[in-house]
This record gives sequence, C-alpha cells and structure tokens, in this order.
Amino acid sequence: MFDWFYVTLPISGVPINALLLILLGVAVGVLGGFFGMGGAWMVTPALNIFGFPMPFAVGTDLCHMAGKSIISTRRHAKFGNVDMKLGLTMLAFDVVGIECGARLVMLLERLGLAGPVIRWVYVALLFLIAWLVFYDYFKERAIRRRAALGLAPATPALQWHVALHKIKLRPVLRFNVAQVECSMWLPAAVGFIVGVLAGFLGIGGGLLMMPALVYLIGVPTFVAVGTDLFTVMLSGFYGAATYSMKGRVEILAVVLMLIGAAPGAQIGTIATKYIRGYGIRLIFAITVTCAMVSVILKQLGYNTAAAWMVMAAVSVITGIVVVGMVRGAMRELAAHKEVGA
Amino acid sequence: MTGRTIVRSTAVLVALAPWLLVAGTYAAGGESLGALVHVADTRHLGGFNLYFANLYNVNRVLFTALSVGMTGAMGLGLGLVMDVVVGAIGLDLSKREAKE
Repeated sequence: MFDWFYVTLPISGVPINALLLILLGVAVGVLGGFFGMGGAWMVTPALNIFGFPMPFAVGTDLCHMAGKSIISTRRHAKFGNVDMKLGLTMLAFDVVGIECGARLVMLLERLGLAGPVIRWVYVALLFLIAWLVFYDYFKERAIRRRAALGLAPATPALQWHVALHKIKLRPVLRFNVAQVECSMWLPAAVGFIVGVLAGFLGIGGGLLMMPALVYLIGVPTFVAVGTDLFTVMLSGFYGAATYSMKGRVEILAVVLMLIGAAPGAQIGTIATKYIRGYGIRLIFAITVTCAMVSVILKQLGYNTAAAWMVMAAVSVITGIVVVGMVRGAMRELAAHKEVGA
Repeated sequence: MTGRTIVRSTAVLVALAPWLLVAGTYAAGGESLGALVHVADTRHLGGFNLYFANLYNVNRVLFTALSVGMTGAMGLGLGLVMDVVVGAIGLDLSKREAKE
C-alpha cells in the first residue's frame, strides 16, 4: 500500500519511503515547538538507521535544521532581545567550529569510521540529554515535596559564570544588552565548542548554546533566547553550505522533512498552551532513552529493530502532544463559539 | 601554591583547551588526503531529481547556492503559510500563559 511513496534519493541513491521523512519532519517540528529544543538529535540517528550513509545523515540534518530555524525564528516574530556584539563574537567562532566538525566527519568517512564513531558520540549525547531531563524532573519533584513539607529550599547551585568572569584574559569585552563583561575568549570558546558539536553531529546547537549562555556567560534568559536564535540560524546556514559543498546533503530529503516540520512546529507551539505539568518531560526523557537504545541497536546490526524503535518512540510522544493540542484547541474554539453566541 | 592559584590555573587551562584543538582539527581535515568523490547516479532519475543530481555532479557551487537558497525560502514560505492557516482556524498564538 505504501510502495507508491518509495523514492530513490537523487544524490545518495538511497531508496526510502517519503512518508517516513515527512513524519520525521512532523515529529521534529512538534518536539521542537513544544520543548523548545530543535529535535535534530533524533534526525541524524533516524536517517542513518533508515539507510543514509552517516555523512549524508549529518549534512542533511544540518541543512534541514537551517530551514527549520527560520520557521522557529518567524514564530518569535523577531529576534527579540539580541546582543548583537555577543552573537557576532560567538558566530565567528561557531562557524570555525562547524567547519572543524564537518572536516572531522569527512576525515572519519575517508577512514571508514564515520558511522560507528558518530553513533557512539550520539549515544553519549542522548544519554546526557536523558540524564539532564530525568535530573530536572526529579529535582522539581524534590522541590515540591520540600515545599509541601514546609522545609526551606535547597541551597542554590554554584554560579559558574561568576567564577568564569574572573578570568580577565584580554581582550575583555562589555556586552551592553546582556549586561555582561568578560574575556572575549569565554563566548568564543562556547561558540567554538557548540560549533564543533553542531558540525560533527548535524545538530542546530541551540540545545547546548542556551544553557551555556545562561550558566557559563551569565546572560539573562530573555536575551539568551534571542541571541541563541540569531546565532544558531546564521551558523546553521553556514553548516548547510559547507556540507553542500562537500556533497553530503540530500536535498530531496531536506524538502520532505521541511514539509512535515512546518505544520509540526505550529502544532508543538500551540500545544504549549494546553499541555501542562512535568509528566510530559518524563515521557520526553524516555523517548530520548529509546532513541539512544535504537542507535546502539543500529551499531550492533539490528537495523529493523532500531528503525521500529526510533519511529515508535518519536511517534508516541508526538501523538501525545498532538492529542493534547487537538483537545485543547477544540475546547478553546468551543469557548469562542459560546462567547460569540 | 595556594588553592586559589590552582583553581585559577585550572580554569584558564579549561578555557584555553578548545583552542589547542583547532590546529589539530584543521590539520586532520586538510587537503593532503582528498575527500572521497561521490557521483550521483542519474540513470533512473527525472524532473527535479535529475536536475539536482546533474547540478551536483557538474557544478557544486551552484548546487550549494540552490540548496541553501531553497532551504531558506522553504523555511520562510512554509512559516508564512502555517501562520495564515493557524490564523484561519481561529487560534490565537500571541497570547500564551506560562503553565509551569
């Protein structure tokens, strides 16, 4: 029945079901719109599991994220509070990092190691994401339990940016919008490290840049959001360009995933109006864990099991968000009708 | 050596570590080995796919320009279309309350 949707991708020659790519785009859009983190962490592993050679999976993911970042940025109507000086400082080094990451991928491809090495790095990354979300979930529960028992809140965590701002390695720059004064090498290092990971793994980088801006550089959250969007969008286009030049972008797959990601991003954003509670984060952490297991299965040669696992995991969480959004939207529209009547 | 000096030295080393990797990373991806050449097989393609595959094989710069341009245009266009669709349904995305 679904044979009609099978296409042979023009550059890599990989045969794939177009519906699968559109669905993957929808899932990335929904999760990105709902949780605020791009969702690229699932695309590279999923494309590789579906048969893309690893460098093509990374390049295609990075290119697709560049397009999706425009959709996300449009949703925010404007960049909001962007510290241009900070953003451009990071961007300069982010671009160098992306180039380094992309060159590392090409080197690994020449050595025949791109697949296994990138898969294991992904396992580490997905483990880290899952651990952070689980940690956040159980920490929140502990805080609520302490509050319910009338106990004082736990001692605040160490403020990394205060310690890092004491390193006065020249040139020391003042970032007026962010109201931060620090060595230029601090945002430069953040930009470079994020860039290397983005170029190596095909992720947008916002997942890493946002916490780094807030916790390591000490940027207020509302400025961090705008600066992050600005930097990630421009660096994403550099990543798309460099991987295209290296011939590792499958443009038809990018187009199909973007077609899915556009409505997905809207659904995810709308769902944030109606779905509340920390429970959804627990499901998110389980999804990330399933994605991690699917990468391990792929590495061990269980391709079919890996494909089923990754699609089942993202379908379940996407389904939960979509159902929550539809129910909430129906309630809102019914309320509008009542007011109008 | 005081504890404070050790902490400062460690922090400086951590901050500088990425830069020590730059030269090595660039050298690793340098020109000496040459990238693996991939050629798109155009024998069974037609239309859009054939055009892009030919462009990929013949003119990589134009392929890059078109890929990046098309990605950006699609992102912008689809974002616009979806805003119109959501507005037509009657949902208001401009007013959202923090739920957590």
